[in-house]
Amino acid sequence: MSEPFPRNRFWVSEAASGLALISPTAIFAILLLAAPLATTLLYSVFTDGYLTVIPQFQICNYIGECHSRLADGSVEPQAYLGAWSDPVVLSLMQRSLFVSVLVTATTVLLAYPVAYFVSFNVEASRKSLWLFLITIPFWTSYVIRVFMWNVMISRTGVINSALEGLHIISDPLQMSFTIQAMVVTLAHAYAPFAILPIYVALEKIDRSLLEAGQDLGETRFTTFLRVTLPLSMTGVIAAVLIVFIPVIGDYITPNLIGGGKIPMIANMIEKQMLKADNRPLGSAIAVSAMLVVGLVSVLFLFLNRRYLRAQK
Amino acid sequence: MTVTTDKPTMIEFRDVHKYYGDYHALRGINATIKAGEFFSLLGPSGCGKTTLLRTIAGFEGISSGVVLIDGKDVAGIPPNNRPTNMVFQSYAIFPHLTVEQNVGFGLRKDPRSKEDKARAVDEALAMVGLSGYGKRAAHALSGGQRQRVALARALILKPKVLLLDEPLSALDKKLRENMQVELIKLQRQVGITFILVTHDQEEALVMSDRIAVMFEGEIAQLDDPETLYRLPKTRAVANFIGTMNFLPAKIIAEGAGKVEVEAQGFGRVILDEQKQVTGQTSPGGCTIGFRPETATILFEGQNAPDRESMATVEEVVYYGDMTYYDVRLDGTSEPMRLSMRNTFGRPVLDIGTRARIGWSPGALVMFR
Repeated sequence: MSEPFPRNRFWVSEAASGLALISPTAIFAILLLAAPLATTLLYSVFTDGYLTVIPQFQICNYIGECHSRLADGSVEPQAYLGAWSDPVVLSLMQRSLFVSVLVTATTVLLAYPVAYFVSFNVEASRKSLWLFLITIPFWTSYVIRVFMWNVMISRTGVINSALEGLHIISDPLQMSFTIQAMVVTLAHAYAPFAILPIYVALEKIDRSLLEAGQDLGETRFTTFLRVTLPLSMTGVIAAVLIVFIPVIGDYITPNLIGGGKIPMIANMIEKQMLKADNRPLGSAIAVSAMLVVGLVSVLFLFLNRRYLRAQK
Repeated sequence: MTVTTDKPTMIEFRDVHKYYGDYHALRGINATIKAGEFFSLLGPSGCGKTTLLRTIAGFEGISSGVVLIDGKDVAGIPPNNRPTNMVFQSYAIFPHLTVEQNVGFGLRKDPRSKEDKARAVDEALAMVGLSGYGKRAAHALSGGQRQRVALARALILKPKVLLLDEPLSALDKKLRENMQVELIKLQRQVGITFILVTHDQEEALVMSDRIAVMFEGEIAQLDDPETLYRLPKTRAVANFIGTMNFLPAKIIAEGAGKVEVEAQGFGRVILDEQKQVTGQTSPGGCTIGFRPETATILFEGQNAPDRESMATVEEVVYYGDMTYYDVRLDGTSEPMRLSMRNTFGRPVLDIGTRARIGWSPGALVMFR
């Protein structure tokens, strides 16, 4: 028996061509994602020596106080700022989580009706036009989009001048530098990210299922609750993750809309990395934030596992 | 085949019209469907049969006319408040639910206890031969099983009318034939009015008490299967239901319930006006039609049952149990299709063979 394709000819195999095809992306990802990630992980367990990073293992960046052995052999108790012990870091982490949850909820709740409208009420021939219109905000940079909200909500901004001009208010409303303003800004910025996956999930629903729901005695609304909503949950889950994960690490909006007065965890990381030049602590906070995001995401996926089972 | 004229009316269409913009989808439908009847809407795609079914279910409104279900005008009543349930062409099984959740979907407002409902679901599953499948995920079912779930899901609600939108078209031939028989049995068992939409004439003939043949938004003929096959009203119906051969003819004499015609290839025949003449009177010529199985090639030693004509074999199509012959009768221009059973010892003729064709005037149909 002769084998037409010898087993060991790796370089002509399908696996090899597959690897060759993904290699540019893979190399790119390794250099720009995995390598910095590994560096961050390493830094987070190294020691900060003012302006430099000393490659000496310790976990003080996470837990705060610890005793470190100095070069001359003596042991000296040292008080560190730890990612898990410093009350400032902890409260920023809490705030970031709070803002992210709020933004995610707002975005997804507002995105669902839009996605539903485009999927169910827009003529098939017009759908791509609508999707195109939804993505138009992406034509401007994220920073500019965020900054434009400043134009809207600042003390002398569009909303305040309009209301004052119409004599509805006499003193300008304090809208910027508030968490609410940050939530609105972020919800707007991430809206298309939420609309698109929900739209895709809704598009996949066989329309005869909705007729079947009504045929079996449900009204349009109860059919929505019992058929459309559960079947679109995959899209909702995707939207939640797509919005939640980047928002928790956002540091542009706290700067521009919060005016630096309502920092989030990413601002703290930036401060430690650059201004305070404490890279190990910055790295430790970054790693901690990553763990929190990962944990919350896994928990969320776990809670929604019944919607994620394979559906034909 | 039971004649159901003595049963009360379940559904009535009175001059029903439906427009989609400029498109006239239903053009004056008048029909009544009796309670407990197995009724089929048969026609080619685009003839309006599915639209008509959906006006009963409530998914389509009508532009003018009246639809009565059990004596009640259903205009403006949404699908969820109609005493009808539907088996969809795609079955529309909810993919996120299990089999029993699918079957019990319509029982939410049912005042019965949880246990009673669960029992009803089990019974419905047993009725369609899916006992023990309740816990399975709906998306793991085969096509035939999906269809059974769709049936159980509709029948559990005990509708007055069950609507079936081409329910068998997605199944392979064997399964389809099994399901046809099962559906007939099921219908007899539950006694509910079944309305079936199909484009498969054989399916309609096998399953229905009565069939409405539809072309271009109109009912061309509404009859029981036998009448429909034996005495179609138009050549279009005759062509759609099975195969029919047509011979040009002209009327020689008429009177006393009889018509004498001169048909090409067959010569003079006298037909019974009641039993054999169909369609509206039209001036000029007429057409004589006959089914492939009503004429036969006479082999050596066989005598004609009635009359006999000479023909030439032009095409032979061998099907195993049957052979189809296209023969051209002497004095005609078009070949006629004959279907012959391949009984033991009977040869299959070659193209070009001269053959005697035996036929009976009683099997002919005249189209005016």
